[in-house]
Amino acid sequence: MRYSGFRVIKEALTGHKGWTPAWREPEPKPAYDVIIIGGGGHGLATAYYLAKEFGQKNIAVIEKGWIGGGNVGRNTTIIRSNYLLDGNEPFYEFSLKLWEGLEQDFNYNAMVSQRGILNLFHSDAQRDAFIRRGNAMILNGADADLLSTEQIKARYPFLNTDDARFPIKGGLAQHRGGTVRHDAVAWGYARGADQHGVDIIQNCEVTGFKIENGKCLGVETTKGFIGAGKVACAVAGSSSRLMSHAGMRLPMESHVLQAFVSEGLKPVLPGVITFGAGHFYVSQSDKGGLVFGGDIDGYNSYAQRGNLPVVEDVCEGGMAIFPAFGRARLLRMWGGIMDMSMDGSPIIDKTHIDGLLFNGGWCYGGFKATPASGFCYAHLIARDAPHPHASAYRFDRFEKGLMIDEKGMGNQPNLH
Amino acid sequence: MLINHPLLGPRDAAEFTYLGDASLIDRPDWQAPDAAQAFVEYGYMRDNPAGWHRELWFHEAGDRSWLVVTRNTLTHEISNVELARDVARARGRSK
Repeated sequence: MRYSGFRVIKEALTGHKGWTPAWREPEPKPAYDVIIIGGGGHGLATAYYLAKEFGQKNIAVIEKGWIGGGNVGRNTTIIRSNYLLDGNEPFYEFSLKLWEGLEQDFNYNAMVSQRGILNLFHSDAQRDAFIRRGNAMILNGADADLLSTEQIKARYPFLNTDDARFPIKGGLAQHRGGTVRHDAVAWGYARGADQHGVDIIQNCEVTGFKIENGKCLGVETTKGFIGAGKVACAVAGSSSRLMSHAGMRLPMESHVLQAFVSEGLKPVLPGVITFGAGHFYVSQSDKGGLVFGGDIDGYNSYAQRGNLPVVEDVCEGGMAIFPAFGRARLLRMWGGIMDMSMDGSPIIDKTHIDGLLFNGGWCYGGFKATPASGFCYAHLIARDAPHPHASAYRFDRFEKGLMIDEKGMGNQPNLH
Repeated sequence: MLINHPLLGPRDAAEFTYLGDASLIDRPDWQAPDAAQAFVEYGYMRDNPAGWHRELWFHEAGDRSWLVVTRNTLTHEISNVELARDVARARGRSK
């Protein structure tokens, strides 16, 4: 069924009896050409692009719980492409371009809102770094706009630019950045994939791989063995756990990142703003809640909940830049588990096992990458060669010294 | 989280900084023939288990000792805290 305004009117006039489920609930077949493990944003996007753009048929997505129940349902919904390094920026700009056409492409309202993102800076050194970043973005075809203090005052009159401790010296804006309704991304990709014949199998946990003579022949699941020509993992957050079934150790640690939503307020904050003197970023959802976050907790965790010192730290950052928000009560907070890789950048690559592919290590930047991650992973699966925009995301980059370390922190995952 | 410091008693985890897996104590021999590969494993690869994990914490805002904390990554429960010095000596490292 195709969704449209006309369809909504027709259904409204006929008692909403014509709506059908957005995707089927099939039982697994004995074998597929491609099995994608992980029904999150990246896995569903991979299935969608594999079927739609790369002409693959006979695909299944296998999900341990329900689709969209992991990090695609737990993030702070921001999209942007303001990266510095050559290995990253073309990829994220490709992703932002896919976001721009996404809703028409998969015929689903994902509420893509290009309300802009503004990174504030508070010192001369930070200004220099942001100018460099802005130039790198422009060189890669993205948009970047250096705003003066006056321009920021005109746009955001409530910001105190003359603060004694952290005066706002300007900001780097990406006007094409913004927010997206995160759950709708998973649902839209799921529906789109399903319409192209992909089997989405929920409540089916992968418990092992069948590997013979260096080739992956399929997966053992709670619903029995399922054979596959290729097995593609996309379970960021649990990557080490899953890949240990294939005897692999990964260059990453799992960490918990907390996010927060305030009670609903009238419109107070246009766009996304990040505070440059601490780690704090905030946007206002369409429901009115202030959605914000900051640092990861900083220790290995699979618990999907964090501890209070980081809550305090994030809220202190918020109070430093937006004292007025201190009057808003916190409505919800939660934690999600990140694959924190050793250089802060992801991996989209084959493994040493024939027919077993890997996508993960997204740190806390996976949501914005969803469309490009799916597209580039589908390219790798279908064509057996990396997509040009994702060619740097290799496993062997640590061995070869080709790290993509955006923050220059070295092999310390909790600092990325 | 509270970390039960062997010398100081229970201390707030916020006083500590986290390094990572306690296997980092076992630095490879740089003169071994396979040193390059061993250092790739040492520097970049991690077990990253879901469950009990031995890890290095540094009491930065305290007595600046290194600790080996045995902690469950699924529940954040801490079962054992040792001085990293003692662990390293028991493995024949250091004096």
